[in-house]
Amino acid sequence: MIATAPKTNYVSTTNACKLCTPLGATLAFKGVAGGVPFLHGSQGCATYMRRYIISHFREPMDIASSALGEKNAIYGGGPNLKKGLINVMRKYAPEVIGVATTCLTETIGDDVHMILHEFRQEFGDLPLPAVVQVSTPSFSGTHMDGFHGAVLSLAEQLCVDQVEPTGRVNVMSGFVSAEDLRHMREIGRAFDLELTLLPDYSDTLDGPTYDEYQPIAAGGTTLEEIRSMSGARASLEFGTSLVGRKTAGASLEKRFGVVNHQLPMPIGLRATDALMETLSELTGQPIPEAIAAERGRLLDALVDGHKYIAGQRAVVYGDEDMVLGMTSLLAEIGIRPVLVATGAGGGGFAEAVHETCAGLLPEMPEVMEKVDFHDIAARAGELKPDLLVGNSKGYRYARDWNADLLRVGFPIHDRFGGQRLLHLGYRGALGLFDSLVNLAIERKQNTSDIGYGYI
Amino acid sequence: MKNELLEERKGQIHTVGESPFDMACNRESLAGAVSQRACVFCGSRVVLYPIADALHLVHGPIGCAVYTWDIRGALSSGPELHRLSFSTDLQERDVIFGGETKLEAALVELIERHQPKAAFVYSTCIVGLIGDDLEAVCRKVEERFGIPVMPVQSEGFKGSKREGYLAACKAMNRLVGTADTTGISPLSVNIFGDFNLAGEIWIIRKYLERMGVEVVANVTGDGRVADVQRAHGAALNLVQCSGATLDLAKMMEEEHGVPHVRVSYLGIEDMADSLYKVAEFFKDIDPDIERRTSELVREELEALMPKLAGLRKDLEGKRAAIYVGGAFKAFSLIKAFRHLGMKVVLVGSQTGTREDYRELATITDPGTVIIDDANPLELSKYIKEKDVDVFVGGVKERPIAFKLGVGFCDHNHERKIALEGFIGMYNFALEIHASAMSPVWNFMPRRRGRAEGTVDSGARGPEGKGCPPCAATAGGAS
Repeated sequence: MIATAPKTNYVSTTNACKLCTPLGATLAFKGVAGGVPFLHGSQGCATYMRRYIISHFREPMDIASSALGEKNAIYGGGPNLKKGLINVMRKYAPEVIGVATTCLTETIGDDVHMILHEFRQEFGDLPLPAVVQVSTPSFSGTHMDGFHGAVLSLAEQLCVDQVEPTGRVNVMSGFVSAEDLRHMREIGRAFDLELTLLPDYSDTLDGPTYDEYQPIAAGGTTLEEIRSMSGARASLEFGTSLVGRKTAGASLEKRFGVVNHQLPMPIGLRATDALMETLSELTGQPIPEAIAAERGRLLDALVDGHKYIAGQRAVVYGDEDMVLGMTSLLAEIGIRPVLVATGAGGGGFAEAVHETCAGLLPEMPEVMEKVDFHDIAARAGELKPDLLVGNSKGYRYARDWNADLLRVGFPIHDRFGGQRLLHLGYRGALGLFDSLVNLAIERKQNTSDIGYGYI
Repeated sequence: MKNELLEERKGQIHTVGESPFDMACNRESLAGAVSQRACVFCGSRVVLYPIADALHLVHGPIGCAVYTWDIRGALSSGPELHRLSFSTDLQERDVIFGGETKLEAALVELIERHQPKAAFVYSTCIVGLIGDDLEAVCRKVEERFGIPVMPVQSEGFKGSKREGYLAACKAMNRLVGTADTTGISPLSVNIFGDFNLAGEIWIIRKYLERMGVEVVANVTGDGRVADVQRAHGAALNLVQCSGATLDLAKMMEEEHGVPHVRVSYLGIEDMADSLYKVAEFFKDIDPDIERRTSELVREELEALMPKLAGLRKDLEGKRAAIYVGGAFKAFSLIKAFRHLGMKVVLVGSQTGTREDYRELATITDPGTVIIDDANPLELSKYIKEKDVDVFVGGVKERPIAFKLGVGFCDHNHERKIALEGFIGMYNFALEIHASAMSPVWNFMPRRRGRAEGTVDSGARGPEGKGCPPCAATAGGAS
């Protein structure tokens, strides 16, 4: 059964299951070496998003703003944007500034492309950083659209020339954790592949302490790497939601013939198999021993632990591709996703959920798109889940329903270490499986009259 | 890169004793400076958020609502409607054709669903641009449901947080004076500018209760619409914080003749002074109140001081930095740090006034840096230069301190620990102690350098102490 939002008159939103478009863009820009995200809008947007992102990553997240005031809103934000860029150059000496618009500047109709053109003319005598722009009106789409949009902008605006073949593989992983990015690099190494991760905030948003304050944290995809993406032997792009859309991978394929492989986000066994097979085909190498061993350990664990979680009922919510990945994992291990929900609404989501669960479940989960937590709760309350799988935002609901909550994705701001949570690959699946089994055991222990010492 | 100040920012930073006091403030944030400030909407939302039985509907695209969903520690003793995040989630279509229809429908739907005692409708940047008539929509819905529905003119771009405070106060002022005040004690106050973070208002209310003073309304922590409506029946307004509710106090003074006093519940002196101010105000009606108050203060201090002394032993000589939203809080914190034997070397705020900063310059030691509307680079520069041990601030400041291997105390709206009252002073001291004395600093590159003598600690002076175990364990850490 495919359910849409249960309300006939959708007018208000209560506890949104999405974030706004520019937030996603700032995260993508944060994954570029020497990059500073810049929001063209009023000061509050930058500050709110900084606060929100900091609570998850616990790292400095400097987002510059053109800090528009009332006058700028009337006469246009161009002068402030230029002044802001100059100030960021003076204080941060960035290599790249990623400019994302906001609802304010989209509505007043600032032509950022033209303003940046003027900026380059006016200040051409200065050593200018690369300035990448993306249009992210917050009244359209979600943070994921902002994220993918910024990745596309980076690829389109920075990678403009065909370079010599580099032998590298481009990986557009989507919005995953810092640990996921590190693990991807590791997988690449196992295949003797140099990967260009776009973006790569694994160090910039999960780095060490400093002796001297670093205005821009070390790490990120270098400008050189991005410019060389045209010479890659292939691109991998994670996310079923990207199919048929204009993406960085599609653009590189169209302009430079870099073959683009769109894969589901490699969460769970089958999606990870798909990634490994693709890498194996690409390199002409068998799946490396270390990775095969990880797969073996995962299967072994699935056998050891399957009974503890058998038949549990789960509600999964959040960003489309993270939700799809988690749904896939749950279906594979014998937990029944009964409701799968996202605040986004690109179409095709229900079909993707069903496809991912095919052959694994006695009945298909209900699917909800374009919903808020009010809608999810209205339906989930009736479905009586044992388990919620999603970001921290489901906490209050889990508490009300006396259900467990496995925190995955973003934001995780009521637990520690969300940036180091591994979702991807066999190892990610194993870690998530361990957590799920332990949640079940802990519940059994806590609700038992005698509290078994051995389970 | 050399961490020099932007030329335009120099007027907003003052070092006490180095030059005659002169400070620019109340300026628009500089484009590209990565200000720690928020916006008008944020100011309004902050002030009104804890009114727990009102509907708080954000009219705008989803971000403004979602980033303010249950982010504060404002506790309620009853309803918790304030902890939900309501939005009209404006879409492109609404931006083109106007959002009034959607706003009205959303209000109707949510009021029917939650039966709130009142509704606040927050305007955001985009609503200011497309020109939705909030006033008209609110009036219409108000008539339909018979509850107060108040527009909050909080378009983000119209200034900083401070303008948001004013917008919130204007909205609340519509409520004040609309209910019966019979039965209110002549010894009565309203608690203004406290948000009941971690239940702090309950601490203060207990003190006032022990003094025999009735609290009519908490504005806005643990707030109720009905209380605000009869707030004008109180004899006195106690206004805390740098100005979040000062405008409302002024309006009430003008319209209802209710006087106000400025108070602070942070730190020992300010807490005691605030209670004495209340006693002083009511002593003509109740001559015994002064005795009751000093007894209360004595009892509390007798319990507190020995506990503080233990902590102070470790903290003596350490250096603190303060960066807060409103400067008023900084006054109290400076005094609180003195009780811990600590020295404040950097103090700043997002929205202080010239008078605030002048006062800060008066009460701090020479060499203290005072800063208005700071940004991460400036804060990190001075943390380092002033060799700070503990930094007090909010979520955005925390990683700046931590990245440099410096202790931190969250003194923000998300905190879960009560820092007000005498017990709050103890909690604060525990917090500072827990951070400053943690062994983790021994492993930080900066501290390690200091222990090994490779970092210049000249700024510290002869009286300063490093963290005691540094020298002992640094070898093992490196």
